[in-house]
Amino acid sequence: MSFISPEAYAKSIVASVQEYSLLCGRSIANIFSRPRYMADIFTQMDSIGVGSLPIVVLTGFFTGCVLALQAAVSLKEFGAVNMTGELVTLSMVKELGPVLTGLMVSGRNASGMASELGSMKVSEQIDAMRALGTDPYRKLVTPRLVATVFMLFFLTIISDACGIAGGAFVSVTLLKLKASTFFHTGYMSLEHGDVVEGLAKPLFSGFIIATIGCYYGLRTTGGTQGVGRSTTQAVVASSVMIILVDFLVTQLMIGIFGR
Amino acid sequence: MAETVESPEIKEFLASGQPVVEFDDVSIGFEGHEVLSHVSFKVAYGETRIVLGPAGGGKSLLMKLANGLIKPDSGNIRVFGRSLPEMTENELFEMRAHVGMVFQESALFDSLDVEDNVAYRLEEEKVDPKEIRERVLEALRFVELEQVIDKFPSQLSGGMRRRVSIARAIISKPDLILYDSPTGGLDPITSTTIMELVIKQRDVSHTTCLLITHRLQDAFTLATHRFNSQEKKMERIPDNGIDPSTKFLVLNGGHIVFDGTTLELTHTKDPWLREYIE
Repeated sequence: MSFISPEAYAKSIVASVQEYSLLCGRSIANIFSRPRYMADIFTQMDSIGVGSLPIVVLTGFFTGCVLALQAAVSLKEFGAVNMTGELVTLSMVKELGPVLTGLMVSGRNASGMASELGSMKVSEQIDAMRALGTDPYRKLVTPRLVATVFMLFFLTIISDACGIAGGAFVSVTLLKLKASTFFHTGYMSLEHGDVVEGLAKPLFSGFIIATIGCYYGLRTTGGTQGVGRSTTQAVVASSVMIILVDFLVTQLMIGIFGR
Repeated sequence: MAETVESPEIKEFLASGQPVVEFDDVSIGFEGHEVLSHVSFKVAYGETRIVLGPAGGGKSLLMKLANGLIKPDSGNIRVFGRSLPEMTENELFEMRAHVGMVFQESALFDSLDVEDNVAYRLEEEKVDPKEIRERVLEALRFVELEQVIDKFPSQLSGGMRRRVSIARAIISKPDLILYDSPTGGLDPITSTTIMELVIKQRDVSHTTCLLITHRLQDAFTLATHRFNSQEKKMERIPDNGIDPSTKFLVLNGGHIVFDGTTLELTHTKDPWLREYIE
């Protein structure tokens, strides 16, 4: 195994950041100019949005269930089991809904994008596309970016709803709370800032998933082994970035809304 | 076959008799290793330039440089008189409308069937769907593969994929065709079929082309055969004749070791070259 010099390593990192920034810039700029590949956008919306629906629904629902169970144990000590709805709703809308949906969609779609584009890269299909006069960023990256940002927003809303429904199911069936109490406390606890925070996060997560998935796919080298490597790197990098950006957005929202 | 992109500038350039492709002292390397070193050559209008050389000599890289898919570290590449390193990506896309390229492993789009693969460029150019269908059939007829129009690349043999790739490259009647090892990895019979198509394209359309091969027999087939339009098959040029528009370029270790005609190559006194061609 050979070691590279610190200088070469630093240069490679700077080059990667530059390459990623260029990909992001070009993908965004392509939204505002023609040609636009609307059919590809809808295909990706179907694949990313509708395709991710089952895992998002199941993850959201069971997260809500677990949250209600765990919350009830702690709240019981203070005689505040009735507050379960508030805790579940706030947690799902502000944090768990956006983050878990982002992570699930990242696991499913960042890997899918990296492997699909990676396979195209190693089989020279990306070069063929360029040779045929098509910009791969416009044809492949921009539709995935638009579709992921758009669909993740709605998937997060669905996940929030399923999580609250899961929490309500556990509260009513196992904790013997009234459904109306659960939903009322939950509804009353939410403020404008909480909803804005919960709905802003998927916009960032969607951007991260699409750009990182495509970035690792388009820089794939080394045949099938390289495709596997890119897929793993895409999932790891996008998952870490989603949590990091979640922290930054949360900090920003606390600064803006004070909670 | 009808032309897709009419460009008065390109037509004017081709009529001027200047070289269609011109490499001027081009060098490129990766990770400190120089793959092509000070490469200079010209390809004239209507010429078929065969690029020969051992594997790993930078032949495929040369092809990608000629289509602007990679930029050189130094030197200049002019295609249709325009300097590729100075062109923006959008200008390169416009230039590539006049260039057809056949990739080493065909590079057909897996998710599209044969019809959509061949029609890809025309669909991008928003050509009328009825005309697209006619021209796809015409291109597939040229490569004798009309029957596979509805199949996907994974359902085709290696030779069929290569022929579909040729159909995709010629559908817009390009002014320059780049063949990157069109017979690589194919059996001798299929290779002959592919070479027949290349000769047919050369003799019917007189398109300028650059062709990479490491099969010497394919290179000499190109130089010594012609397409008989009446009998619709390839035949040897009578009296041991040689196609005058076919020339050779031999690369070794990133350097040009030969640039000349078929006769000059067969009569070379260079020991390495003699050993290579024998």
